[in-house]
Amino acid sequence: MTQTANKPDEGRRDAVLPPVDVIEDATGITLFADLPGVAKEQLNLRVEADTLTIEGEVGLTTPEGLQASHAEVQVPRYRRVFTLSKELDAGKIAAEMNHGVLKLRIPKAEHAQPRKVQIRVS
Amino acid sequence: MIYRSLFPRDIYSEFDRLQRDLQQAFDASPSIRGFGRGGYPALNVGGTAQSVEIYAFAPGLDPEKIDVNIDRGVLTIEGERASVLPTDEKSAVHINERFAGRFRRVVSLPDDADPSAVSAEYRDGVLHLSIRRRESALPRRIEIK
Repeated sequence: MTQTANKPDEGRRDAVLPPVDVIEDATGITLFADLPGVAKEQLNLRVEADTLTIEGEVGLTTPEGLQASHAEVQVPRYRRVFTLSKELDAGKIAAEMNHGVLKLRIPKAEHAQPRKVQIRVS
Repeated sequence: MIYRSLFPRDIYSEFDRLQRDLQQAFDASPSIRGFGRGGYPALNVGGTAQSVEIYAFAPGLDPEKIDVNIDRGVLTIEGERASVLPTDEKSAVHINERFAGRFRRVVSLPDDADPSAVSAEYRDGVLHLSIRRRESALPRRIEIK
């Protein structure tokens, strides 16, 4: 899995690059992404060909007349794009959101799972 | 500086250094408690006529384990976020950017904030604190008899 630059048509609206952890084990890849403020309904996960796009809108309840005095999060949107490699099974991605953390599990295709090759000695 | 020219081709570390230099040059109010940006959790602070509003972008926490204290006008948010990285040797970590460990962020509140009237809500990984301003500090029209 490698990262690709955002495509020009997607870069029209500003977005923050969320921090991620990517861990690979024998049966697949687990990805964690920090998306604070994104409700489950505001999360947009897409796989097109071999491109995985994670996108989310921040929805905060703000009181009327709020004036910001200090803002470290200035763009209410996250976006990050990854290129999936062939051995990953994009059709079986499982996603869950918990307290603003997205957890994605991308399994490897059956044929790509590690197999121990028996060596016969005759 | 000699060490910069020792590894002239590491362009990414050069970018990293450039970013830090720029951050230092442009950050209008470098705080003694570290840079204002890039910490965990990220903070947005604002206010209305009636209240001071603080949003801490702190995903992946157990709400029971977030400590919020106000002491003499200084608000402290602290806690700990567990690492998700595997400890076994069969897994490989390809990217590790998310914060893990203990954190503590401090905000000094305006004088009219009332520490006894605070509401705190944790939703979708954002801790929202709303601190009412004291009644006596609210703008008031004075009647002339």
